[in-house]
Amino acid sequence: MTNVSKFGPTIGKIALLLLLCATTVAGFLWLPAAKGFPQPEMARIVVFHVPCAIVADLAAAVAAWYAIIYLRRRNQADDLKSSVSFGLALLFSLLTTVTGAIFAKSQWGGYWNWDPKQTAILMLLLIYVAYFALRAAVDDPRKRASLSAAYALFAVVAVPFLTYILPNSTDQTLHPKNVINTRDGLDASYKIVLWAGVLGLSLFYLWAFRVQVALGTLEMRLTQRIHRASQGVVARAVVVEGRK
Amino acid sequence: MGLNHWIICAKSVFRKDLQVELRTRYALGAVLLFAITTLIAVSAALSSATVKSEVKAALLWIILLFAALSGLARVFVREEEAGTAPLLRLSAPATAVYAGKLLFNVALVFAVECVSVPLFLVVLPPATVNFGLLLGVLLLGGIGLASSSTFVAALIAQASSGKSALFFIVAFPILLPLVLIAVQATVGAFDAIDMHHVRAQADLGLLALYSLVMTTTSFLLFEYIWHD
Repeated sequence: MTNVSKFGPTIGKIALLLLLCATTVAGFLWLPAAKGFPQPEMARIVVFHVPCAIVADLAAAVAAWYAIIYLRRRNQADDLKSSVSFGLALLFSLLTTVTGAIFAKSQWGGYWNWDPKQTAILMLLLIYVAYFALRAAVDDPRKRASLSAAYALFAVVAVPFLTYILPNSTDQTLHPKNVINTRDGLDASYKIVLWAGVLGLSLFYLWAFRVQVALGTLEMRLTQRIHRASQGVVARAVVVEGRK
Repeated sequence: MGLNHWIICAKSVFRKDLQVELRTRYALGAVLLFAITTLIAVSAALSSATVKSEVKAALLWIILLFAALSGLARVFVREEEAGTAPLLRLSAPATAVYAGKLLFNVALVFAVECVSVPLFLVVLPPATVNFGLLLGVLLLGGIGLASSSTFVAALIAQASSGKSALFFIVAFPILLPLVLIAVQATVGAFDAIDMHHVRAQADLGLLALYSLVMTTTSFLLFEYIWHD
C-alpha cells in the first residue's frame, strides 16, 4: 500500500473539516450584518440555513434517483443507497427546520409561525418518517425495497404541491422571497460564504453516504452468510435424521 | 386481449367490490358512522360559539379526510386477507385491477360526501353557500382523496395485514397538500368575499391537477408493487 492511498482520505477529511470551520467562522465574524432584515445581526444564520436546505434537497433527489434505478434493476444495493440517502435527507431537513426556527424567532418573533414553507418542511419530515415506518413494517428485504421505492417516488410527485404551488398561491408568506438572488438584498460576501457552505455540506453528505453504504453492504453480506450457514445446519440435520 | 379486455376486467373488479360491499356494508357503515359521530361531536362542542367560515371549511375537510381514510384502506387488504389476491394477479392486468379499485374508492368517497356534507350544512350552516363552487371542490377533492389513498392502500396491503395505524401515517403527508388546497377553496364557497371566490376558482384547477398527477403516477408505479 502506498502512502498516497493511505493518507489521501485522511487529508481529504482534514481539508473538509477546515472548510466547514472556515465557513462557520466567516459566517459569524467576516460577514457584515445583513441589511433589509428586522434584526440585521441575527440574519447571519441564513448562510447555515440555506445550505442545509439545498443539501437536503440534493440528498432527496439522489434517493429518488436510486429508487427509480431499484425498480428497473431490482438490485438490493440500489435500495440500500436510496434508504441511506433518505436518512441523510431527514438529517439535513431537521437541521434546516431548527436553523429556520431560530431565524424565525429572531426575525418574526416566534419559533413557529405556520408560514407556508414551515408547513411544507414539516410535511417533508413526516414523509421521511413515514418512509422509515413503512420500511420497519416489512420483513422481507425484496418486498421492503420495492414498496419503499414506490412510496418514495409517489411522495416525490406530491411534494411540489407543498413546496412550490401552495406557498405561491397564498400571499401570506413571511419568508424573504428572492432576497438571496436579488442584487441589492444581500452583500456579495454572503453569496461566497453560502456557496462555500453548500460545497462543504455536500462533501460531508458524500462522505457520510459512502460510509453508511459500506456499512450497510457489510451488514447485508453478514446476514446472508448467517442465513446460508443456518440453512446448511438444517440441511445437515435433515441428512443425519434421514440416515438414522 | 387489448383495450376491450382491459375495460371488461376493470369493470368486473369494480362490480365485484361493489357487490361484496353491498352484501356486508362494512366499509360504508364504518365510514358513515365515523363521519356522523365526528359531526355530532363537533357541533355539540361548538353549539354556543360563533364559528368563522375558515374554521368551518377546515372542520368539514378534517371530517371528510378521516372518515374517508377509515374506509379506503380496505380495498386491497380485503383481497390479501381472503387469499384472493394471487388469483386476481393471474386473471387480470395489473392496471385494470387498479382502475377497478380506484373507481370503487371514488364511489365510496362520493357516498360519504353525499351523506355528511348536507348534514354538515344543516348543523353548522355557513353565512352563504356558493353551491356550484362547493360541488366542484367536493367532486375534484373527492377524486384526489381517493386517488392517493388507493395507491397507499395497495402499499399497505402488501406490507402487512392489520396494521391500520401505518396507513394513516403513510397516507397523511401525501394527502395534506390536497386537503390544504381544498380547505382554501371551500372558504371561497362559504363566504361572500370576492377575492376568496377568485382564489377558489384557481384552487379548483390545482385540485384537478393534483388528482391527474397522482392518478397517473399510481398507474405507473402500481405494476411494480403488485407483481412482487
